[in-house]
Amino acid sequence: MTVTPVEVEEPTSEDVSVPDRPWVVIVWNDPINLMSYVTYVFQKLFGYSRDKATKLMLDVHHKGKAVVSSGPREQAELDVFRLHEHGLWATMQHD
Amino acid sequence: MKFTRRIKRTRSGQFELRLSPEERDVLRGLPAQMRDALELGKDDPAVARLNPSACLDDAEIDAEFHRLMDDDLNAGRLEALAVFEKTVDAPKLDGEEALAWMRAVNDVRLLLGTRLGVGEDPSERQVAVDDPRAPGFALYDYLSLLTQELVEALDT
Repeated sequence: MTVTPVEVEEPTSEDVSVPDRPWVVIVWNDPINLMSYVTYVFQKLFGYSRDKATKLMLDVHHKGKAVVSSGPREQAELDVFRLHEHGLWATMQHD
Repeated sequence: MKFTRRIKRTRSGQFELRLSPEERDVLRGLPAQMRDALELGKDDPAVARLNPSACLDDAEIDAEFHRLMDDDLNAGRLEALAVFEKTVDAPKLDGEEALAWMRAVNDVRLLLGTRLGVGEDPSERQVAVDDPRAPGFALYDYLSLLTQELVEALDT
């Protein structure tokens, strides 16, 4: 069996304490939410730096979607809920 | 020419609202319209935009998400709208109120923008004054400006 990882990032020290990360939360592009608004929401909800939030927002804008968080199912559900609260279209799926 | 901000963060961390009486009139009418729209429920495509699918590849997980979360989502939305309504004539907002304004105004944009079928290109909204969509587009663009200013004031 050949394992060919696609778009798998090298684990960082941040990941060590969270071994089980089976769900990812994706934000999809939409024509209504403002770029500045989306960047602000990413900073506010996830505590991301402005640079990281801006990069994620640009990924959403240019690529149509971006993974904004990952974790166990309960965490993913909460993140999707908080993103929906702010009018972003977010979905969760198994990584 | 000096750009005059509508929303200015003061040194004490409050948010000063410099809105004209005409702007306040427009904003005052929004909560009732929004509540009427929300009562249509998710059969209305614009309301459905506010409670979108949470899981595309598993209908069961999506259904469970909506069963667990939709009431809280709607309650939070109405709460933000109530704070907005209560402070619509206020000279200043505190931080929590400014966040409620941001959410409430953006919710109206989402509903209105979905109904109008807006795209990313603002030039599509430059229609003749007698175009039936003109008032909706004008309101949408005004609310976009207000959202932008709220974000800029909150994000400083």
